[in-house]
Amino acid sequence: MAYFLQQLINGLTLGAIYGLIAIGYTMVYGIIGMINFAHGEIYMIGAFISIIAFLVLGLAGVTYVPLALAIVLLITMLFTSIYGWAVERIAYRPLRGSFRLAPLISAIGMSIFLQNYVQIFQGARGKPMPPVVQGGFTVFESGGFAVRLSYLQLFIMLLTLALMIGFTTLIAVTPLGRAQRACEQDMRMAALLGVDVDRVISLTFVMGAALAAVAGLMVTLYYGVVDFFIGFLAGVKAFTAAVLGGVGSLPGAMLGGILIGLIEAFWSGYFSVEYKDVSVFVVLILVLVFCPTGLLGRPEVEKV
Amino acid sequence: MSPVPLLAVENLTMCFGGLVAVDNISFTAYRGEITAIIGPNGAGKTTVFNCLTGFYRPSAGRLAVHKDGEILQLERIEGFRIVRRAGIARTFQNIRLFAGMTVLENLIVAQHNPLMKASVFSLAGLLGLPRYRAAERAAVERARHWLDRIGLTDRADWLAAALPYGAQRRLEIARALCTGPALLCLDEPAAGLNPRESAELNDLLLGVRDEEQIGILLIEHDMSVVMGISDHVIVLDYGRKIADGTPAEVRADPEVIKAYLGEDEIDNAAEEAPLRPLAGREGGARANGAAA
Repeated sequence: MAYFLQQLINGLTLGAIYGLIAIGYTMVYGIIGMINFAHGEIYMIGAFISIIAFLVLGLAGVTYVPLALAIVLLITMLFTSIYGWAVERIAYRPLRGSFRLAPLISAIGMSIFLQNYVQIFQGARGKPMPPVVQGGFTVFESGGFAVRLSYLQLFIMLLTLALMIGFTTLIAVTPLGRAQRACEQDMRMAALLGVDVDRVISLTFVMGAALAAVAGLMVTLYYGVVDFFIGFLAGVKAFTAAVLGGVGSLPGAMLGGILIGLIEAFWSGYFSVEYKDVSVFVVLILVLVFCPTGLLGRPEVEKV
Repeated sequence: MSPVPLLAVENLTMCFGGLVAVDNISFTAYRGEITAIIGPNGAGKTTVFNCLTGFYRPSAGRLAVHKDGEILQLERIEGFRIVRRAGIARTFQNIRLFAGMTVLENLIVAQHNPLMKASVFSLAGLLGLPRYRAAERAAVERARHWLDRIGLTDRADWLAAALPYGAQRRLEIARALCTGPALLCLDEPAAGLNPRESAELNDLLLGVRDEEQIGILLIEHDMSVVMGISDHVIVLDYGRKIADGTPAEVRADPEVIKAYLGEDEIDNAAEEAPLRPLAGREGGARANGAAA
């Protein structure tokens, strides 16, 4: 029981991170119907920017942890958003209105480019990050096994929750959110009502990148090491999460992320750590075969 | 009161490859008037609308909008700016509501520009600042006003897709009106409506014309609507304008009768049918009925 609870905590933490990345996939798919394969790389860049930000803050002598975290969070979100915006501007916007595969190919190209860009400028070796948030508390103990919830895990879960609430509000009640939902359904009609569709799409990429940046920061803190290749696996897993939840559905992305995190944690806990990635991709295959619309997705309706 | 020109279309031509869909058309629409564009199917009516709303870039000609004493060249304005800069809103032949949004939300999306401005790109909206709250209240107020006019107040929270057909048509008109247009372009608003609904539509459009003092440009096949409410009718056939005048003048115009019924009256219609769209003939029969 205690062991189960521990895996649950680990799984939820991991799931929060996947969920944050998955939202970027799902939003972009919802609005322009394309899978942004460079999104995993955006997350990786977020992780690197957070390390650099920590380093600079350390040099500047900011040692109070909550303050440092808040500053790093803002810096990471800001700079990663710029990357997200630029990727859309350079690689996707010129291809809008082109055939469906074109932006997809461009996305894969962008992904390879960003990986190599980081590899060249940051080196191929993993960058270590000393633990910033330490400590935790014991939830309960039974039979000599203590269930631990670290402050970092708590921070990750609470921050994810806060971001989700803010984000859902943004989509539900602000003009930008409404415009996004309108563009999702009928872009030309939205333009006729005065919505600047290009800007809405740009902002969608910016929002997705900002959330991926938070995930990048979390992973830096959680695992303590970052390299130029982490975006690939995390990206594919988050994509799996988005598919599991139903591509295009925001709550679905979060739910899918948490489920993928739990599956991975329980699989590593009870079966084998070596094959944890396999468990996730088996889920991807099963979902695609048996339930392609995902858990919360709507069936694709052909537009007239 | 002399009518104020709102939209002056001058020598509008639109070609698709070798096909000339709209051929050198000129007309003027006035503030506070309903201008109907009629003609058999394929006459180029919707193409004119698509040029007006930035879907197509005209091959030749000028589209001048008179707004606040200025003259704007419509064909030079980017698509999404047309509604704000030139004040042109439109509806579609096949209804294009945001089906997955509620009735009220459909009307609020139409007020995107003022809300976006008030909310400083949604930041103020996210924080719930009073400035944005006031703007949002005004937007909801306006939406409620139009809901009331189209009789959908009690269904404000329904999904737009769940509304019956006639109500969807009215909602689309209300959504266009929520943008605060100077010129409202309606593409077959009465299509698929029963006689009672289209009589209600007539009342709504006449009311809008008189209260808001806006211009309405109307494409319609239903002659009871066209003849009942138009101040001014333009007839197109094969992309050319063949008549322009009051409903009574147009109804008596021999060119118009010829376009609708064909040269040798109805007995030759069967032979000619493959060359001419059938629905045009139906419209023609109705026009004839209205004229008789």
